[in-house]
Amino acid sequence: MQALTFKRGVHPPDGKALSAEQPIKVILPKENSELFFPMSQHIGAPCEPLVAVGDYVKVGQKIAESPAFMSSPIFSSISGEVVDIRPMLVPGGNMVKSIVIKNDAKMVEAEGLNQAHDYTTMSNEEILACIKDAGVVGLGGAGFPTHVKLNPPKDQPIDYILINAAECEPYLTCDYRIMLEESERVVRGLQVMLKLHPNAKGVIGIEMNKPKAIEAMTKACEGISNITVQPLVTKFPQGSEKHLIYSITKREVKSGALPASAGCIVDNVDTVVAIERALFKGRPLMRRIVTVTGGAVKNPGNYKIRIGMTFRDIIEAIGGFKEENPPAKLIAGGPMMGPTLYTLDVATVKTSSGLLCFTAEEAFIPEERNCIRCAKCVDHCPMGLMPFMLNQFAIRGDGENFVKHHGLDCIECGSCSYECPAKRQLAQSIRATKKIEAGKKAAAAAKARAEAEAAKAKNS
Amino acid sequence: MNKFIVSGTPHVRSKDSIQGIMRDVLIALTPAALMGIYVFGLNALVIMVISIASAIFFEFLYQKLMKKPVTITDLSAAVTGLLLAMNMPSGAPYWMPIVGSAFAIIIAKQLFGGLGQNFINPALAARAFLLASYPTAMTTWPAASHAVVDTASSASQAVDAVTVATPLALLKAGSITTVTSSDMINAFVGTVGGCIGETSAIALIIGGIYLIVRHVISWRIPVIYIATVFVLTAAIGRNGVRVPHYEILVGGLMLGAFFMATDYASSPVTPKGQIIMALGCGLLTTLIRIFGGYPEGVSYSILIMNLCVPLIDRFTEPKIFGAPEVKKA
Repeated sequence: MQALTFKRGVHPPDGKALSAEQPIKVILPKENSELFFPMSQHIGAPCEPLVAVGDYVKVGQKIAESPAFMSSPIFSSISGEVVDIRPMLVPGGNMVKSIVIKNDAKMVEAEGLNQAHDYTTMSNEEILACIKDAGVVGLGGAGFPTHVKLNPPKDQPIDYILINAAECEPYLTCDYRIMLEESERVVRGLQVMLKLHPNAKGVIGIEMNKPKAIEAMTKACEGISNITVQPLVTKFPQGSEKHLIYSITKREVKSGALPASAGCIVDNVDTVVAIERALFKGRPLMRRIVTVTGGAVKNPGNYKIRIGMTFRDIIEAIGGFKEENPPAKLIAGGPMMGPTLYTLDVATVKTSSGLLCFTAEEAFIPEERNCIRCAKCVDHCPMGLMPFMLNQFAIRGDGENFVKHHGLDCIECGSCSYECPAKRQLAQSIRATKKIEAGKKAAAAAKARAEAEAAKAKNS
Repeated sequence: MNKFIVSGTPHVRSKDSIQGIMRDVLIALTPAALMGIYVFGLNALVIMVISIASAIFFEFLYQKLMKKPVTITDLSAAVTGLLLAMNMPSGAPYWMPIVGSAFAIIIAKQLFGGLGQNFINPALAARAFLLASYPTAMTTWPAASHAVVDTASSASQAVDAVTVATPLALLKAGSITTVTSSDMINAFVGTVGGCIGETSAIALIIGGIYLIVRHVISWRIPVIYIATVFVLTAAIGRNGVRVPHYEILVGGLMLGAFFMATDYASSPVTPKGQIIMALGCGLLTTLIRIFGGYPEGVSYSILIMNLCVPLIDRFTEPKIFGAPEVKKA
């Protein structure tokens, strides 16, 4: 089948050989280690704890939730005593209120766990409720609550359910391993999603640099008429939601719109597996696959961890760092878009797909030079922006022109910075200015709302 | 406790560098430079060495005096120096490349902010400056040696083989009515009168292809520029003679199209803008060559289009991915 793709983009060295052929290994938290469950691991309303300090919790017990629709409950991945509720560092650098549970290593399971559902006899509402009650969110990185995504507005019919298996971030191999080792689960999960949208076609998009995954998934889909495997050109950011949709359907998601507006739902491979586990095994989201890799790691590989372990727990469990080549930079996720960490004492959350440990050599940051207007950033920006110009606006603090020239449409993929021969901090400066301008926009909207309400109150 | 580096994404960078790009340009210019030495003798080499050395020196001097970081290792000054020399006749006095380099580096480049900030091509600006200031020295063409094939025009001048008229001057004067295959071969190989680096079309095309293959430049500006000149000279002709295949080989067109009009700082960044730049250069070059007072129009047409670049970029901004469709009023 012809490999599809989008316009522009970059080809960074993929670094996947370090961990690609390492089968998924289960690692369990040590006895008496503390696990952290941040109240916000998703887009939407943060949860409130359902347990108090001193409570004994079991594996799979719901420990936090929110009454809001746009939210997702949190489950304990171990059994033990709640020892504290306090702020904890999460990837991305925020301190988030977290339930701290001390692992008693007994793995006592909560009642009512492991009840399989027969989705074929369930109504759509029941399936969505089951997915919500399992705490499933988009595991590719954004953490969008899956039950919300699977339930788009009625005026937006869904034609495609796309499984994002591009895994275009260099170094990460967790999705690849899932496709090799749990291919049937991916297909079963997708079938559940297709039950919700019976007119949609299921397409699993995989980059060409993973021929074994394409083979395994094609085999797993055999005989299923509404699911196909679509090879994609190996190019970053192929796994960006908008670009995956364009590659497969040739539809453009309009600026500021959600995929459903283009008739598509996109979910990551591991998310689909989480749906499958919720329905077929009756287990909420408590574990995920994490790729731990980079030149500083002794045993790079793919590990099935309990969500809530800290990165330090994981590194200790897998044999630590190389003494002769210690890490200089820690990245939560891939090297193109993953945030850096300043310590290993960070809680893993539902969206933690990787820990990349770069040596000093790998982490080298080249010196910034003058922009030579070579236009490489323009030629490679997957959004069709002019990054060098946005960089100038960012440096000048010219927010007005930044917004006028579509700075807010930047997806922060980093392709411009990657290509830049002058090693300019293009994506970095654009991201910072985006934050400032998005904040201004939100403040202006809030002010307008407040004024409108005040005017209404005055009139009535 | 270990200290870890914290920085914004992305954490990996390509191996491209400014120095690498400039090195590629120097490599691409090498065949034409060697042909220049072969055709015009060692004097051409001397001019090139003086020009490159003085360009690097002036960049160093300015940055030292202004207490700025010295960036001569990025090789951009070397490129400017070489391009300037290739745009000069081999018989120019030795002080001339020095004056030219000073103008190119200090006035055209550094005063406007240095690398990437110059709004016109520094080498061409210096050439225009020299041409206006020392018109005789800049238009005295030492004869080419090693002519592959003796032609009527070269034979007639062989009597007084110190200086010659360039093919473009001959075209302008109407002395060329037909182009023989020998004329074509001489123009292709470069054994005709002209600036040091502009005469050998084949060497320049090889260098240009190298730059395109290495993704240093896009094909758009050179190909469209040359094609425009070809089409327009075929359509308009001069003195009733239509020899577009010869016109595109002679003069500074190949050098200008591949190496001067593609200068990053003074050419558009958008694909559409590059097409407009190339069409404009082609149109102006043809008009100056046929109707203007000078036999050659490549330098001025590129300089004029350089001035239009900010405007071109502004009106050719690409449509963004997922842009809302413009509603028809």
